[in-house]
Amino acid sequence: MKIKKGYRKERLDRGIKARVDDVFAISSYREIMYLAMPRTLFIIFLLLLPLSGSITGPYWQGVIIITCIIALLTLSWTFMYSVGLISLGHAVFFGIGAYIAGWLSSSLNLSPLITIPLAALSGAVLGALLLYPVLRLRGIYFALITFALPLFMMRLIEATGCLGGTAGLSGLHAFPSRLFASYLVIFVLLFVLFGYLKIMDSDFGLVLRAIRDSDLSVHAAGINVPLFKAQALFIGALPATFAGAFLTHYYRFVGMTAFALEYSIFPITSAVIGGTGLFPGAVLGAFILTPLSESLRAFGTLRIAIYSLLLVLFIVRLPEGLFSFIQKKYFQFERWVPLERKDDNAK
Amino acid sequence: MQNEVILKVQDLSRRFGGVRAVDGISFEVKSGEALGIIGPNGSGKSTLINLITGFVKPDKGAVFYKGNNITGLKPHKIASIGIARSFQTVKPFYNLPVYKNLIIPLYSNRVKKQLKGGCMGDRDEAAMHLLEEVGFERESNLPYKITGTLPHGYLKKLELARCLCLDPEIVIVDELFSGMSMSEIASAMPIMEKIVAEGKTLIMIEHRLRELFRVVQGVMVLNFGKIIARGTPEEVVKVEEVKEAYLGKEGETVA
Ligand SMILES: Nc1ncnc2c1ncn2[C@@H]1O[C@H](COP(=O)(O)OP(=O)(O)O)[C@@H](O)[C@H]1O
Ligand SMILES: [Mg+2]
Repeated sequence: MKIKKGYRKERLDRGIKARVDDVFAISSYREIMYLAMPRTLFIIFLLLLPLSGSITGPYWQGVIIITCIIALLTLSWTFMYSVGLISLGHAVFFGIGAYIAGWLSSSLNLSPLITIPLAALSGAVLGALLLYPVLRLRGIYFALITFALPLFMMRLIEATGCLGGTAGLSGLHAFPSRLFASYLVIFVLLFVLFGYLKIMDSDFGLVLRAIRDSDLSVHAAGINVPLFKAQALFIGALPATFAGAFLTHYYRFVGMTAFALEYSIFPITSAVIGGTGLFPGAVLGAFILTPLSESLRAFGTLRIAIYSLLLVLFIVRLPEGLFSFIQKKYFQFERWVPLERKDDNAK
Repeated sequence: MQNEVILKVQDLSRRFGGVRAVDGISFEVKSGEALGIIGPNGSGKSTLINLITGFVKPDKGAVFYKGNNITGLKPHKIASIGIARSFQTVKPFYNLPVYKNLIIPLYSNRVKKQLKGGCMGDRDEAAMHLLEEVGFERESNLPYKITGTLPHGYLKKLELARCLCLDPEIVIVDELFSGMSMSEIASAMPIMEKIVAEGKTLIMIEHRLRELFRVVQGVMVLNFGKIIARGTPEEVVKVEEVKEAYLGKEGETVA
């Protein structure tokens, strides 16, 4: 760091007023700009991404789509996390969505525009039903059950040979175009991001956050906690089942890899790096990790080692996550102020 | 309504391993009555509350509320029919702003309908009003602070406020005053008196007898999960068994 002689660095926080929940009204036009700018820039960035295809080429266009998919999974993971449900097996939601879409497409010959919403909705219902009996379990017990579920699904398909068995279902309907697919996933991503923020700001979301803090007190407040948790599970599973259904049509194939470990691990690592529990952090984490992981593909299996190292580094050095860090910096500014003279202090 | 039995507990029992935490307890509470429950630590007071409010399932016995058997109902059901309880160890929503803690009970089915429109403005206003009632000054920034940063005494008051949000018919508080400073207790006393004056039924577990006896008309003494005395405060303190089990012991620790 450069040191200016005779000066010291002063750090100020600004915009604090507007950040303290929703208590204070935002006062000026400039402040609104200041607050709205990051999200506006992000939206514009996302909307321009698919148009960059002619420069970046089809490979990176694919990466953009995968990045959005991982971002959706991370948002989904974060939503469940904010109710206190820690999922170690997010692949189960992804896989359920993927297989429902695949089955609808192959057996009923439906278009992606019908199978995807159907698969997302029914998959989320199925996921919520599947986990409803264990919703009482907290912390590590719930986590362990979710961990086991994708493995169970995978072996079930392998052993019974249903839904295409080990070969999977292929030759499914494709999207009209890659551009269409890109914009579909980007719009859904924006919708989920801002939708989740809105839900968590509502009184319903408040109850969910309260359940995480102390579910006994929520019981005592006369609220049916299992019902709210089940609703949270459904809302939380939606982006994940959508992601699965989407990729099924994007690859025109669904196989046992839909339940693969990476769909469970990526959301967790992205969440940790972006800032666990923060929706914008979830997207940020995914947008850093996924392209990074793609560019590490050249290293083969070493990729996972590099990846894990990065995760450890982040947990140790920046446990609050990148988003909180950037947010703090954004609302802070530093300036150099002259040092007071010694005799001033003595006075 | 007055003098009607609102809560009836019949032969309630619960054991934890070898411990008979609550051992065949029966009693009745009349509507509008203020009942104190005292007894040494571990005598089963909190467990009794947990049994009544559905947080712990009884091995034996039954609880009747206004003549209806409510044994085994889920805690949220019991809360929503009008029996609100506070926890001995505070369980606030640490990561929410203080006033948002009260939005949770205000969002429950019991009160949701009573708030006109049920829109956020109404609910926030109701929360602020209740906070003010238990001693959070509206003008201060206390209601907007993150709950985790509050001093313990305020968390106790928040527990009480959460009960009151439900517009309950029976309020059960578990050692509300322990952990409060003298001045906080002094400011909480009028709230307790007001609950009684409003005609609500109050069940109050309390170690601070002087304050307790100012609020309640009747006292029940527990020891080893059993009722060893019940009567007015004056009657109860005269019972030899009570002196031995409870007051005597406290005398020793004070000495
Ligand atoms: N959840 C529990 N598990 C095991 N033992 C318990 C549990 N709750 C209470 N106990 C036991 O039951 C007895 C009564 O406890 P409690 O009702 O908390 O007493 P009090 O509130 O009068 O201090 C104690 O011996 C306590 O250890
Ligand atoms: Mg107790």
